[in-house]
Amino acid sequence: MGSTSGHDWLESTYRPAVERAGEREALFESSSGAPVEPLYGPEDLADWSYQEKLGYPGEYPYTRGVQPTMYRGRYWTMRQYAGFGDAAESNRRYKFLLEQGQTGLSVAFDLPTQIGYDSDAPEAAGEVGKVGVAISSLADMEALTEGIPLDRVTTSMTINATGAMLLALYAAAAKKQGAALSAIGGTIQNDILKEYIARGTYIFPPRPSLRLITDQFAWCAQETPKFNTISISGYHMREAGCTAAQEVGFTLANAIEYVDAALEKGLELDRFAPRLAFFWACHSNFFEEAAKFRAGRRMWARIVRERYGSTNPRSQMLRFHTQTGGATLTAQQPDNNVVRTAYQALSAVLGGTQSLHTNSRDEALALPTEESAQLALRTQQVLAHETGVSDVIDPLAGSYYVEALTDRVEEEAQAYIDRIEDMGGALTAIEQGFQQREIQESAYRLQRMLESGDRTVVGVNRFQQEEEVEPPLLRVDPEVGRRRARELAELRTGRNHAASSAALEAVRAAASGSENMLPVLVAAFEEYVTLGEVCGVLREEWSEHRETLTI
Amino acid sequence: MTAGAEQERRIRVLIAKPGLDGHDRGAKVVAASLRDAGMEVIYTGIRQTPQMIAEAALQEDVDVIGLSILSGAHLELFPRVVDALSERGIGSDDVLLFCGGIIPRVDWEAVRELGFRGVFGPGTDTREIASFIREQLPTLPARAL
Repeated sequence: MGSTSGHDWLESTYRPAVERAGEREALFESSSGAPVEPLYGPEDLADWSYQEKLGYPGEYPYTRGVQPTMYRGRYWTMRQYAGFGDAAESNRRYKFLLEQGQTGLSVAFDLPTQIGYDSDAPEAAGEVGKVGVAISSLADMEALTEGIPLDRVTTSMTINATGAMLLALYAAAAKKQGAALSAIGGTIQNDILKEYIARGTYIFPPRPSLRLITDQFAWCAQETPKFNTISISGYHMREAGCTAAQEVGFTLANAIEYVDAALEKGLELDRFAPRLAFFWACHSNFFEEAAKFRAGRRMWARIVRERYGSTNPRSQMLRFHTQTGGATLTAQQPDNNVVRTAYQALSAVLGGTQSLHTNSRDEALALPTEESAQLALRTQQVLAHETGVSDVIDPLAGSYYVEALTDRVEEEAQAYIDRIEDMGGALTAIEQGFQQREIQESAYRLQRMLESGDRTVVGVNRFQQEEEVEPPLLRVDPEVGRRRARELAELRTGRNHAASSAALEAVRAAASGSENMLPVLVAAFEEYVTLGEVCGVLREEWSEHRETLTI
Repeated sequence: MTAGAEQERRIRVLIAKPGLDGHDRGAKVVAASLRDAGMEVIYTGIRQTPQMIAEAALQEDVDVIGLSILSGAHLELFPRVVDALSERGIGSDDVLLFCGGIIPRVDWEAVRELGFRGVFGPGTDTREIASFIREQLPTLPARAL
């Protein structure tokens, strides 16, 4: 006689088997420490309603995907994050990636550019061109985009504190190419709140930083309607150690803060909200990650419609980019990273991502070589073209486990949002170090689990081997800093002094007033005022943010 | 100071992040684990200049300094930290130096020559760092009995 329910099966069949032969772990749990049951069935979805929880692709609450056709219409955008050295060198890498079949650009900037220092600033010493490309002026942006038609290729820029400035530089470069601003598209990361929480490339205090962001919401709606004005990012908080549920909770809490800031400025929800984009990590817990993407979509749709009263479906769609988990890569046996990345990419695609970056195998050691970057792109191409997973929309739907997980991630993430709201919102919580402390504790807990052997990472705490020779790594030319300093000196002597000084003073005046910053930024960069000069003036006007130390 | 009191003084460690990168997960995990291992840990926060790090080392009178960097600027920034320390009379024969983050193996020798006795990359078991400190600290020339 077979079991009549999951509970019955657990008692009559499963437990006796466990008593005989045992289970391989004392505890099975998700990344957030929630228990994982041996089996999921109809009981786990007892009050579950298909219409309420899922709906249909392209329809509210978008659990099954934001587009009606998903990957049957077209594949996700394969967008590999790249950039190093100077603009000309990065331009060559972009052209190489486009020739290899990549479908969009994703620009990595070096740390001085991200923090508003020119390549020749003392603070930039040693960092020029290291983790991304160095951009200090319109001349650099022109070199970066040389030969790439900006009205046809979309560009994602990982830039936050200086997001408004890089957008202005990009717009100025597009104008010089003769492209219409209304035709240029892409995404600016622009998510300053997660910089305070986890990523660390902030410059200004929260208030002026939020102003720059909402200025872009307003300006882009007029001038560059195809640009995503922000990419609200869970990625970096996840990389810093948080769990899947924390990633969703903290990110949506940040999103609420941005929407509130824009509404407070008087912007119209259904005009700016369609251009809000999101950015998630995809780590290795396969089903939990796929569930996370689905839960995030449903939650955002409800927040925008129910809490804010949106009537525009486009505002309610959580569109997102995914990057596989950098923190899951190992320096040991680096080829294993190709396998990890492939599984993570599959999970992201099953979760319905709009674009994807797959990490390269050598990224726990250095920036990727051209060969590893190509293999990472090929991983996506194999997934798209050979596995058939993109032929059916949201194929995991209806799985008892995945639906139960989706509900659970939602519930846990909602608990974080509620807690943050009780504290007074994301910004207040950040100022108190709440998210930072939570992330730190999760990271530490995971480290303890790795060291006790409760969590296995192949090649690190199990299946180790005598270390092989390190593979050939990308080395950024150490001369790039000196070369850049010479170029900048030439730029400063060659430009129109009166016009550039006046344009810089206009930036200062706008900063102390309340007009939109974007037009004055574009005008200043067109006079070859540098990024460092602009940020120097803004530092004087707005001061600098100081980290809340939580350890 | 008596031998007993000497032993009671907890090892003081400065964990610092030179340069501009904000990747502080490793630094914070190491700081927390060394604290759990019974050491006194001071964490500087991100974006520290060599001068700020050396000044903190001096003010806090530390026995050990651990630098964490993931931006690839280690070969430019570490020598500056070492210089800033020596300007304040702190040398690698007196204070134990180690580092971690993304430091390719081809650079390890250069980093060791600067006086860093330990290089700990991704995947390090933090207990290894604690035992490294306990073993190496008493062997520093200026501390050897």
